[in-house]
Amino acid sequence: MKYSIVLKALFVVALFGSATAGAENRVPVPHPAAGKGEHCVLPTAEMRRNHMKYILHQRKETMHEGIRTPQFSLKGCIHCHAVQGDDGKPVSIKSPKHFCNSCHTYAAVHIDCFECHASTPTETVEAKRLFQPIKLYDSKIEAPAGNK
Amino acid sequence: MTENDKSTPSPGRRKFLGTTAAAVAVAGFSVVSGVRLVSLAEAKPADQPVSNKKRWGMLVDTSKCSSGCDACVTACNTENGLYTTDHPKTDAQWIRKIDLRNKATGWTVSLPMLCQHCANPPCVDVCPTGASFKRPDGIVLVDKHICIGCRYCMMACPYKARSFIHEALDQQVEYAPRGKGTVESCTFCVQRVDEVGKRRDPACVEACNAEGHKAMYFGDLKDANSEISQQLKKYQSKEIRADLNLDTGVRYRGI
Repeated sequence: MKYSIVLKALFVVALFGSATAGAENRVPVPHPAAGKGEHCVLPTAEMRRNHMKYILHQRKETMHEGIRTPQFSLKGCIHCHAVQGDDGKPVSIKSPKHFCNSCHTYAAVHIDCFECHASTPTETVEAKRLFQPIKLYDSKIEAPAGNK
Repeated sequence: MTENDKSTPSPGRRKFLGTTAAAVAVAGFSVVSGVRLVSLAEAKPADQPVSNKKRWGMLVDTSKCSSGCDACVTACNTENGLYTTDHPKTDAQWIRKIDLRNKATGWTVSLPMLCQHCANPPCVDVCPTGASFKRPDGIVLVDKHICIGCRYCMMACPYKARSFIHEALDQQVEYAPRGKGTVESCTFCVQRVDEVGKRRDPACVEACNAEGHKAMYFGDLKDANSEISQQLKKYQSKEIRADLNLDTGVRYRGI
Protein backbone atom coordinates (compact mmCIF):
# COMPACT_ATOMS: atom_id res chain seq x y z
CA MET A 1 0.00 0.00 0.00
CA LYS A 2 2.75 2.39 0.99
CA TYR A 3 4.61 1.61 -2.20
CA SER A 4 1.58 2.21 -4.38
CA ILE A 5 1.08 5.68 -2.86
CA VAL A 6 4.69 6.54 -3.45
CA LEU A 7 4.48 5.25 -6.99
CA LYS A 8 1.33 7.23 -7.68
CA ALA A 9 2.91 10.36 -6.28
CA LEU A 10 5.99 9.82 -8.41
CA PHE A 11 3.83 9.23 -11.48
CA VAL A 12 1.91 12.45 -10.92
CA VAL A 13 5.13 14.42 -10.41
CA ALA A 14 6.67 12.88 -13.53
CA LEU A 15 3.56 13.57 -15.62
CA PHE A 16 3.34 17.16 -14.41
CA GLY A 17 7.01 17.72 -14.95
CA SER A 18 7.01 16.36 -18.47
CA ALA A 19 3.86 18.29 -19.36
CA THR A 20 5.40 21.62 -18.30
CA ALA A 21 8.65 20.84 -20.11
CA GLY A 22 6.65 19.95 -23.19
CA ALA A 23 4.74 23.19 -23.07
CA GLU A 24 8.00 25.21 -22.98
CA ASN A 25 9.82 23.31 -25.69
CA ARG A 26 7.40 21.97 -28.26
CA VAL A 27 10.25 22.30 -30.71
CA PRO A 28 13.65 21.16 -29.51
CA VAL A 29 16.16 24.01 -29.69
CA PRO A 30 19.95 23.92 -29.42
CA HIS A 31 21.52 24.91 -26.14
CA PRO A 32 24.99 26.26 -26.87
CA ALA A 33 27.20 26.52 -23.80
CA ALA A 34 27.53 30.00 -22.32
CA GLY A 35 30.82 31.76 -22.99
CA LYS A 36 33.17 33.30 -20.49
CA GLY A 37 32.42 36.75 -19.13
CA GLU A 38 29.11 38.54 -18.82
CA HIS A 39 28.22 39.09 -22.44
CA CYS A 40 29.42 38.54 -25.97
CA VAL A 41 31.12 41.22 -28.08
CA LEU A 42 27.66 42.28 -29.29
CA PRO A 43 24.12 41.53 -28.04
CA THR A 44 23.40 37.81 -28.27
CA ALA A 45 20.53 38.22 -30.73
CA GLU A 46 22.76 40.18 -33.10
CA MET A 47 25.56 37.65 -32.82
CA ARG A 48 23.20 34.73 -33.43
CA ARG A 49 21.95 36.26 -36.65
CA ASN A 50 25.06 37.95 -38.00
CA HIS A 51 28.18 36.35 -36.50
CA MET A 52 29.21 34.98 -39.89
CA LYS A 53 29.23 38.44 -41.45
CA TYR A 54 31.44 39.87 -38.72
CA ILE A 55 33.85 36.96 -38.96
CA LEU A 56 34.01 37.23 -42.74
CA HIS A 57 34.70 40.95 -42.58
CA GLN A 58 37.42 40.48 -39.98
CA ARG A 59 38.99 37.68 -42.00
CA LYS A 60 39.66 40.00 -44.95
CA GLU A 61 41.02 42.78 -42.76
CA THR A 62 43.31 40.50 -40.81
CA MET A 63 44.59 38.47 -43.74
CA HIS A 64 45.26 41.31 -46.17
CA GLU A 65 45.78 44.36 -43.98
CA GLY A 66 47.16 42.96 -40.76
CA ILE A 67 44.34 44.45 -38.68
CA ARG A 68 44.16 42.28 -35.59
CA THR A 69 41.49 43.84 -33.40
CA PRO A 70 40.15 41.36 -30.85
CA GLN A 71 36.42 42.10 -31.14
CA PHE A 72 35.52 39.82 -34.04
CA SER A 73 38.55 37.58 -34.14
CA LEU A 74 37.82 33.89 -34.53
CA LYS A 75 40.54 33.25 -31.98
CA GLY A 76 38.50 35.29 -29.50
CA CYS A 77 35.39 33.18 -30.18
CA ILE A 78 37.35 29.99 -29.63
CA HIS A 79 38.83 31.21 -26.36
CA CYS A 80 35.60 32.53 -24.82
CA HIS A 81 33.39 29.70 -25.99
CA ALA A 82 35.68 26.77 -25.26
CA VAL A 83 33.66 23.87 -23.85
CA GLN A 84 35.43 21.58 -21.40
CA GLY A 85 35.26 17.89 -22.14
CA ASP A 86 35.29 15.00 -19.69
CA ASP A 87 39.08 15.16 -19.48
CA GLY A 88 38.96 18.84 -18.48
CA LYS A 89 40.44 19.96 -21.80
CA PRO A 90 38.54 22.02 -24.38
CA VAL A 91 36.74 19.79 -26.88
CA SER A 92 37.58 20.03 -30.58
CA ILE A 93 35.19 20.49 -33.47
CA LYS A 94 34.96 16.69 -33.71
CA SER A 95 32.89 16.67 -30.53
CA PRO A 96 29.13 17.39 -30.73
CA LYS A 97 29.62 19.45 -27.55
CA HIS A 98 31.79 22.02 -29.34
CA PHE A 99 30.19 25.46 -29.16
CA CYS A 100 29.92 25.88 -32.93
CA ASN A 101 28.64 22.35 -33.40
CA SER A 102 25.83 22.77 -30.91
CA CYS A 103 23.93 25.00 -33.33
CA HIS A 104 25.47 24.09 -36.66
CA THR A 105 24.61 20.42 -36.32
CA TYR A 106 21.05 21.39 -35.40
CA ALA A 107 20.73 23.74 -38.37
CA ALA A 108 22.55 21.35 -40.70
CA VAL A 109 24.88 24.15 -41.80
CA HIS A 110 28.32 22.79 -42.53
CA ILE A 111 31.24 25.07 -41.63
CA ASP A 112 34.69 24.80 -43.16
CA CYS A 113 36.47 27.11 -40.71
CA PHE A 114 38.06 24.33 -38.70
CA GLU A 115 39.56 22.46 -41.62
CA CYS A 116 42.30 25.06 -41.31
CA HIS A 117 41.68 26.98 -38.09
CA ALA A 118 42.29 25.46 -34.68
CA SER A 119 38.99 24.68 -32.96
CA THR A 120 40.52 24.75 -29.47
CA PRO A 121 42.66 27.40 -27.77
CA THR A 122 46.36 26.85 -28.35
CA GLU A 123 48.24 26.72 -25.10
CA THR A 124 51.44 24.88 -25.67
CA VAL A 125 52.86 23.35 -28.77
CA GLU A 126 55.02 20.35 -28.21
CA ALA A 127 58.50 21.17 -29.29
CA LYS A 128 59.04 18.31 -31.63
CA ARG A 129 61.82 17.70 -34.05
CA LEU A 130 59.75 17.06 -37.13
CA PHE A 131 61.95 17.41 -40.14
CA GLN A 132 65.54 16.49 -40.82
CA PRO A 133 67.45 19.13 -42.73
CA ILE A 134 67.88 18.07 -46.32
CA LYS A 135 71.29 18.09 -47.90
CA LEU A 136 71.63 19.21 -51.46
CA TYR A 137 75.00 19.10 -53.11
CA ASP A 138 75.40 21.31 -56.11
CA SER A 139 78.06 20.76 -58.74
CA LYS A 140 79.18 24.34 -58.40
CA ILE A 141 77.94 27.49 -56.78
CA GLU A 142 76.74 29.89 -59.35
CA ALA A 143 77.64 33.50 -58.75
CA PRO A 144 74.50 35.59 -59.23
CA ALA A 145 74.92 37.90 -62.20
CA GLY A 146 73.23 41.18 -61.35
CA ASN A 147 73.96 41.42 -57.65
CA LYS A 148 72.43 44.47 -56.09
CA MET B 1 23.91 76.92 -46.79
CA THR B 2 22.83 80.03 -44.93
CA GLU B 3 25.03 82.68 -43.38
CA ASN B 4 24.13 81.39 -39.97
CA ASP B 5 25.38 77.88 -40.82
CA LYS B 6 28.73 79.24 -41.86
CA SER B 7 29.25 81.25 -38.74
CA THR B 8 28.45 78.37 -36.35
CA PRO B 9 29.94 75.12 -37.56
CA SER B 10 28.14 71.98 -36.41
CA PRO B 11 29.84 69.91 -33.70
CA GLY B 12 30.69 67.29 -36.36
CA ARG B 13 32.47 69.84 -38.51
CA ARG B 14 34.22 71.39 -35.56
CA LYS B 15 35.49 68.00 -34.43
CA PHE B 16 36.67 67.19 -37.93
CA LEU B 17 38.52 70.47 -38.22
CA GLY B 18 40.08 69.93 -34.81
CA THR B 19 41.37 66.43 -35.59
CA THR B 20 42.60 67.51 -39.01
CA ALA B 21 44.52 70.38 -37.47
CA ALA B 22 46.04 68.00 -34.90
CA ALA B 23 46.97 65.47 -37.60
CA VAL B 24 48.59 68.20 -39.69
CA ALA B 25 50.53 69.36 -36.64
CA VAL B 26 51.79 65.84 -35.90
CA ALA B 27 52.69 65.22 -39.54
CA GLY B 28 54.56 68.50 -39.71
CA PHE B 29 56.49 67.68 -36.57
CA SER B 30 57.31 64.23 -37.88
CA VAL B 31 58.69 65.48 -41.15
CA VAL B 32 60.91 67.95 -39.33
CA SER B 33 62.24 65.28 -36.97
CA GLY B 34 63.21 62.06 -38.71
CA VAL B 35 63.63 60.07 -35.51
CA ARG B 36 60.12 60.92 -34.39
CA LEU B 37 58.76 59.71 -37.72
CA VAL B 38 60.37 56.32 -37.25
CA SER B 39 59.13 55.83 -33.73
CA LEU B 40 55.58 56.74 -34.75
CA ALA B 41 55.70 54.24 -37.58
CA GLU B 42 57.03 51.50 -35.26
CA ALA B 43 53.90 51.39 -33.12
CA LYS B 44 51.08 50.32 -35.42
CA PRO B 45 47.77 50.31 -33.56
CA ALA B 46 45.82 47.05 -33.90
CA ASP B 47 43.07 48.73 -35.89
CA GLN B 48 45.36 50.28 -38.49
CA PRO B 49 46.26 48.49 -41.72
CA VAL B 50 49.89 47.73 -42.52
CA SER B 51 51.50 50.27 -44.82
CA ASN B 52 54.24 50.37 -47.40
CA LYS B 53 56.27 52.67 -45.14
CA LYS B 54 57.95 49.49 -43.99
CA ARG B 55 59.42 46.56 -45.81
CA TRP B 56 60.27 43.55 -43.74
CA GLY B 57 63.43 41.77 -44.69
CA MET B 58 65.95 39.24 -43.49
CA LEU B 59 69.70 38.95 -43.71
CA VAL B 60 71.47 35.62 -43.32
CA ASP B 61 75.16 35.64 -42.51
CA THR B 62 76.22 32.25 -43.86
CA SER B 63 79.63 32.50 -42.20
CA LYS B 64 77.89 32.12 -38.86
CA CYS B 65 75.49 29.39 -40.01
CA SER B 66 76.81 25.93 -39.21
CA SER B 67 76.14 22.81 -41.22
CA GLY B 68 74.80 20.58 -38.46
CA CYS B 69 72.40 23.13 -36.96
CA ASP B 70 68.72 23.23 -37.83
CA ALA B 71 67.45 25.25 -34.88
CA CYS B 72 65.65 27.61 -37.28
CA VAL B 73 63.78 24.72 -38.92
CA THR B 74 62.71 23.24 -35.59
CA ALA B 75 61.63 26.63 -34.27
CA CYS B 76 59.59 27.31 -37.41
CA ASN B 77 57.83 23.95 -37.19
CA THR B 78 57.08 24.48 -33.52
CA GLU B 79 55.87 28.04 -33.91
CA ASN B 80 53.61 27.36 -36.86
CA GLY B 81 52.41 23.91 -35.87
CA LEU B 82 54.01 22.07 -38.77
CA TYR B 83 54.01 18.38 -38.13
CA THR B 84 54.80 15.39 -40.24
CA THR B 85 52.04 13.33 -41.84
CA ASP B 86 54.52 10.43 -42.15
CA HIS B 87 55.05 11.25 -45.81
CA PRO B 88 58.40 13.04 -45.65
CA LYS B 89 58.53 13.70 -49.38
CA THR B 90 55.45 15.88 -49.28
CA ASP B 91 55.56 17.25 -45.74
CA ALA B 92 55.36 21.03 -45.59
CA GLN B 93 58.66 22.89 -45.37
CA TRP B 94 58.53 26.59 -44.67
CA ILE B 95 62.27 26.74 -44.09
CA ARG B 96 64.96 24.17 -44.78
CA LYS B 97 68.68 23.93 -44.32
CA ILE B 98 70.77 23.47 -47.43
CA ASP B 99 74.44 22.56 -47.63
CA LEU B 100 76.24 23.56 -50.79
CA ARG B 101 79.65 22.37 -51.89
CA ASN B 102 81.78 23.58 -54.73
CA LYS B 103 83.04 20.38 -56.30
CA ALA B 104 86.02 22.08 -57.86
CA THR B 105 87.38 23.65 -54.70
CA GLY B 106 85.61 21.73 -51.95
CA TRP B 107 84.38 24.96 -50.37
CA THR B 108 81.12 24.42 -48.50
CA VAL B 109 78.44 26.69 -47.19
CA SER B 110 75.31 26.03 -45.18
CA LEU B 111 72.25 28.25 -45.32
CA PRO B 112 68.55 28.33 -44.53
CA MET B 113 66.28 28.57 -47.56
CA LEU B 114 62.83 30.05 -47.13
CA CYS B 115 60.34 32.25 -48.95
CA GLN B 116 62.41 35.19 -50.15
CA HIS B 117 59.47 37.62 -49.86
CA CYS B 118 60.21 39.17 -53.25
CA ALA B 119 59.15 42.70 -54.11
CA ASN B 120 58.15 41.30 -57.53
CA PRO B 121 56.93 37.84 -56.54
CA PRO B 122 56.35 35.38 -59.42
CA CYS B 123 53.92 33.42 -57.22
CA VAL B 124 51.65 36.47 -57.09
CA ASP B 125 51.95 37.02 -60.85
CA VAL B 126 50.70 33.54 -61.71
CA CYS B 127 47.98 33.08 -59.08
CA PRO B 128 44.64 32.78 -60.88
CA THR B 129 42.48 33.67 -57.87
CA GLY B 130 44.45 36.37 -56.08
CA ALA B 131 45.09 34.06 -53.14
CA SER B 132 48.82 34.59 -53.42
CA PHE B 133 49.43 38.20 -52.53
CA LYS B 134 51.96 40.63 -51.15
CA ARG B 135 51.07 42.77 -48.17
CA PRO B 136 51.98 46.45 -48.42
CA ASP B 137 54.81 45.83 -45.94
CA GLY B 138 56.40 43.28 -48.27
CA ILE B 139 55.32 40.01 -46.66
CA VAL B 140 54.16 37.51 -49.29
CA LEU B 141 51.28 35.35 -48.08
CA VAL B 142 48.66 32.88 -49.28
CA ASP B 143 45.04 33.68 -48.47
CA LYS B 144 43.90 30.11 -48.00
CA HIS B 145 40.28 31.21 -48.03
CA ILE B 146 40.57 31.78 -51.77
CA CYS B 147 43.41 29.38 -52.66
CA ILE B 148 42.12 26.63 -54.95
CA GLY B 149 45.26 24.52 -54.64
CA CYS B 150 46.27 24.73 -58.32
CA ARG B 151 49.95 24.96 -57.37
CA TYR B 152 50.95 27.36 -60.15
CA CYS B 153 52.76 29.41 -57.52
CA MET B 154 54.82 26.40 -56.53
CA MET B 155 55.95 26.01 -60.11
CA ALA B 156 56.64 29.73 -60.50
CA CYS B 157 58.77 30.06 -57.37
CA PRO B 158 62.48 29.79 -58.21
CA TYR B 159 63.26 28.96 -54.57
CA LYS B 160 60.90 25.99 -54.12
CA ALA B 161 59.65 27.83 -51.08
CA ARG B 162 56.06 26.66 -51.16
CA SER B 163 54.40 23.46 -50.00
CA PHE B 164 51.06 21.91 -50.84
CA ILE B 165 49.02 20.27 -48.11
CA HIS B 166 47.85 16.89 -49.30
CA GLU B 167 46.15 15.58 -46.20
CA ALA B 168 43.58 16.77 -43.70
CA LEU B 169 45.22 18.32 -40.64
CA ASP B 170 43.87 18.54 -37.13
CA GLN B 171 46.68 19.86 -34.95
CA GLN B 172 47.00 23.42 -36.20
CA VAL B 173 47.92 26.24 -33.87
CA GLU B 174 45.41 29.05 -33.60
CA TYR B 175 47.59 31.78 -35.10
CA ALA B 176 48.74 29.72 -38.10
CA PRO B 177 45.74 28.22 -39.88
CA ARG B 178 46.74 25.49 -42.35
CA GLY B 179 44.63 23.04 -44.27
CA LYS B 180 44.27 20.42 -46.93
CA GLY B 181 44.14 21.52 -50.54
CA THR B 182 45.97 24.80 -50.10
CA VAL B 183 49.50 26.02 -50.67
CA GLU B 184 51.53 27.57 -47.89
CA SER B 185 54.94 29.00 -47.20
CA CYS B 186 56.94 31.08 -44.76
CA THR B 187 54.93 34.03 -43.46
CA PHE B 188 57.86 35.80 -41.73
CA CYS B 189 55.83 34.78 -38.64
CA VAL B 190 53.32 37.47 -39.50
CA GLN B 191 51.51 36.88 -36.20
CA ARG B 192 54.67 37.99 -34.38
CA VAL B 193 55.37 40.90 -36.73
CA ASP B 194 51.83 42.25 -36.25
CA GLU B 195 51.85 41.92 -32.48
CA VAL B 196 50.66 45.22 -31.08
CA GLY B 197 53.26 47.24 -29.26
CA LYS B 198 55.82 44.46 -28.95
CA ARG B 199 56.81 43.22 -32.39
CA ARG B 200 58.78 40.03 -32.11
CA ASP B 201 61.30 38.56 -34.52
CA PRO B 202 60.28 35.47 -36.51
CA ALA B 203 60.76 32.18 -34.67
CA CYS B 204 63.77 31.16 -36.83
CA VAL B 205 65.65 34.37 -36.05
CA GLU B 206 64.85 34.07 -32.36
CA ALA B 207 66.06 30.46 -32.31
CA CYS B 208 69.26 31.32 -34.16
CA ASN B 209 70.02 34.04 -31.62
CA ALA B 210 69.15 31.71 -28.74
CA GLU B 211 71.61 29.15 -30.09
CA GLY B 212 74.24 31.86 -30.03
CA HIS B 213 74.90 31.78 -33.77
CA LYS B 214 73.29 35.14 -34.47
CA ALA B 215 73.38 34.41 -38.19
CA MET B 216 69.98 35.95 -38.97
CA TYR B 217 68.81 39.55 -38.82
CA PHE B 218 65.20 40.62 -39.24
CA GLY B 219 63.95 44.15 -39.61
CA ASP B 220 62.68 47.00 -41.69
CA LEU B 221 64.64 47.46 -44.89
CA LYS B 222 63.21 50.95 -45.38
CA ASP B 223 64.37 52.15 -41.97
CA ALA B 224 67.95 53.32 -42.42
CA ASN B 225 68.54 53.03 -38.67
CA SER B 226 67.41 49.42 -38.29
CA GLU B 227 70.10 46.86 -37.55
CA ILE B 228 69.47 45.00 -40.79
CA SER B 229 69.83 48.19 -42.84
CA GLN B 230 73.04 49.04 -41.03
CA GLN B 231 74.41 45.55 -41.69
CA LEU B 232 73.42 45.69 -45.36
CA LYS B 233 75.07 49.08 -45.68
CA LYS B 234 78.26 47.99 -43.99
CA TYR B 235 78.91 44.60 -45.61
CA GLN B 236 78.36 43.06 -48.99
CA SER B 237 75.35 40.82 -49.38
CA LYS B 238 73.62 38.99 -52.19
CA GLU B 239 70.22 38.02 -53.41
CA ILE B 240 69.93 34.44 -54.59
CA ARG B 241 69.11 34.46 -58.31
CA ALA B 242 69.48 38.21 -58.45
CA ASP B 243 69.42 37.80 -62.25
CA LEU B 244 65.65 37.32 -62.03
CA ASN B 245 65.22 40.88 -60.70
CA LEU B 246 62.76 39.79 -58.03
CA ASP B 247 64.22 42.17 -55.42
CA THR B 248 64.11 39.61 -52.64
CA GLY B 249 63.48 40.56 -49.03
CA VAL B 250 65.90 37.87 -47.85
CA ARG B 251 69.57 38.59 -48.44
CA TYR B 252 72.60 36.39 -47.87
CA ARG B 253 76.12 37.25 -46.89
CA GLY B 254 79.10 35.01 -47.61
CA ILE B 255 77.87 33.14 -50.66
